Amino acid sequence: MLTFDRMRITSREKGGWKKMSNIKISSTNKTTKIKKKNKHNNYFSELKKDILRDKYLYILIIPCLLFYFFFSYKPLYGLQIAFKDYSLFKGIEGSPWVGLDNFITFFNSPYVFRLIKNTLLINLYGLVIGFPIPIILALLFNEVRNKKFKRTAQTISYLPHFVSTVIVAGLVVNFLAPSGLINNIIAALGGNRTYFLTQPEYFRGIFTGMNVWKESGFGAVIYIAALASIDPQLYEAAVVDGANRWKQTLHVTIPGILPTITIMLILRIGKMLSVGFESVLLLQQPATYETSDVISTYVYRLAIEKGTYDVAAAVDLFNAIIALILVFAANKISKKFSETSLW
Amino acid sequence: MGNFKRNIFDYIIYAIIILVCILCLYPFIYVLSSSLSSPDAVASAKVWFFPVDFNFDAYKKIFEDQQILIGYANAFYYTILGTLVNIILTVSGAYPLSKRRLRGRKLMTILITFTMWFNAGMIPFYLNLRDLNLLDKRITLIIAFGCSAFYVILLRTNFQSIPEEIEESAKIDGANDLTILFKIFLPLAKPAIATVGLYYAVSRWNGYFWAMLILKDPKKIPLQVILKKMIVEMDIGEEAMQSADAILSLSKETLIFATIIIGVIPMLIIYPFIQKYFEKGSMVGSVKG
Repeated sequence: MLTFDRMRITSREKGGWKKMSNIKISSTNKTTKIKKKNKHNNYFSELKKDILRDKYLYILIIPCLLFYFFFSYKPLYGLQIAFKDYSLFKGIEGSPWVGLDNFITFFNSPYVFRLIKNTLLINLYGLVIGFPIPIILALLFNEVRNKKFKRTAQTISYLPHFVSTVIVAGLVVNFLAPSGLINNIIAALGGNRTYFLTQPEYFRGIFTGMNVWKESGFGAVIYIAALASIDPQLYEAAVVDGANRWKQTLHVTIPGILPTITIMLILRIGKMLSVGFESVLLLQQPATYETSDVISTYVYRLAIEKGTYDVAAAVDLFNAIIALILVFAANKISKKFSETSLW
Repeated sequence: MGNFKRNIFDYIIYAIIILVCILCLYPFIYVLSSSLSSPDAVASAKVWFFPVDFNFDAYKKIFEDQQILIGYANAFYYTILGTLVNIILTVSGAYPLSKRRLRGRKLMTILITFTMWFNAGMIPFYLNLRDLNLLDKRITLIIAFGCSAFYVILLRTNFQSIPEEIEESAKIDGANDLTILFKIFLPLAKPAIATVGLYYAVSRWNGYFWAMLILKDPKKIPLQVILKKMIVEMDIGEEAMQSADAILSLSKETLIFATIIIGVIPMLIIYPFIQKYFEKGSMVGSVKG
């Protein structure tokens, strides 16, 4: 992702530029105190000049900053209820502090082990099965010579991505119902009808399958773009060296998209704890909580159905912090081993 | 011999890709055919590919249900107005941040990108809306999801790729920053803005979760929330069921399938546009090895 690369580069450039201007300023105020005062004034007058020069840009950015203030930063203030015994009547400020009690309540609840296990397992399924499939798909598309066929097939393959979660979950619910398509096929082949969505042992498979169906084609797009940017000369050189198609894939194609794979993996790991919350919520039934209940759906039920906002906020905060740590860790590891990183 | 081997290899690849396409399309074909078949045929598993006892009864029933029509209208309202707000706020953030000379640019960029990695979470966000007295209001759905940091950065990168000389020469001609934005940068960044706008529109149209939490008034809820009730919880609208006679009680499945088709159609209509900008902008130059 160039976005992040550029971010890094530009910040470096900017730092460099700042250093240069610092040097300029410091060279002008080497000697006396009066000059130092002058420099101070210079700084502010220059700042004022710059701000006046860019006044329209500052006015332009106000709506965006206001949005982030009201809907991203102001909610952070409400996070304090994670450390409070929150009651609707006393409000956020009036509720008494309770330290880490809400976290302790969560970790003492009988569900904590099940929730963490389910969250990790569902994500592990997604990582092991869902992550490689788009890459494989992209590699397959890359081998297709017929442009028209390639384009049509690609267009069809990412269609499911644009269909809403609600409709996809609806398809799954209906197809897997006792009288649904899948059971019709099973029955036609002589098997017994099963109500899959009420059986805990099928949930992870169903959920992973649904996500693979919905997102693989779209996921492949980013790798296809990366594949297109591989220098054709590398292939020519490989052919001269006598590499067949398989060898070319192994030694040119895959190394060529490895940085993209790394970045996508970091992003994926960062989302380890939150991914697919809405679809889990749509697919799960109380009968399958044993395998389908994840941290985020538990937070949702605690807050919306039971009204215990404080514990729910605490669980969510715990979740978010772990997620943040995961992104940083994955980024650091990748930086160390592959020189590819988000920032 | 080598050629023969190569051909087999190609055939296998083509076969796999065709299979993938069938897997992607078949569910929709099945749903479409079922929605156009008689409830009897669907219930007795006679429908596989083509409609059996072709008819439009399910669609007629669906459109008798006021709630779906209201939901449809609401969804268009939220999508059109919401996307407009999205584009305005995203440009408002992206354009100033694309100027390297801007003081405080780094701090503002950090403040915005930070929200990609950490947010307060569902409950504080909800309580914040309540404190701002924004619950059960149409405007909330439009402004509370007004901007996504990812697209701000995407668009910023795109603005930065436009040569600075163009801006400088316009400045010499006496244009101010706003004129430059509207006369030069916005027209040049049109494909990028269209792509970002399409992504926003798709997520607006498809979103259900926050609409479900925020809006309680049935007159305000968008289509996806109604679809969720009907096709996931299989709770077909009351009006459709009230008129149910013996034959109609069988038709729940065809009604659900018809509802799914109705929910997908707007998406399919704008799909060619998505496709067009998708290839043109291909993630707006944000993708590199």
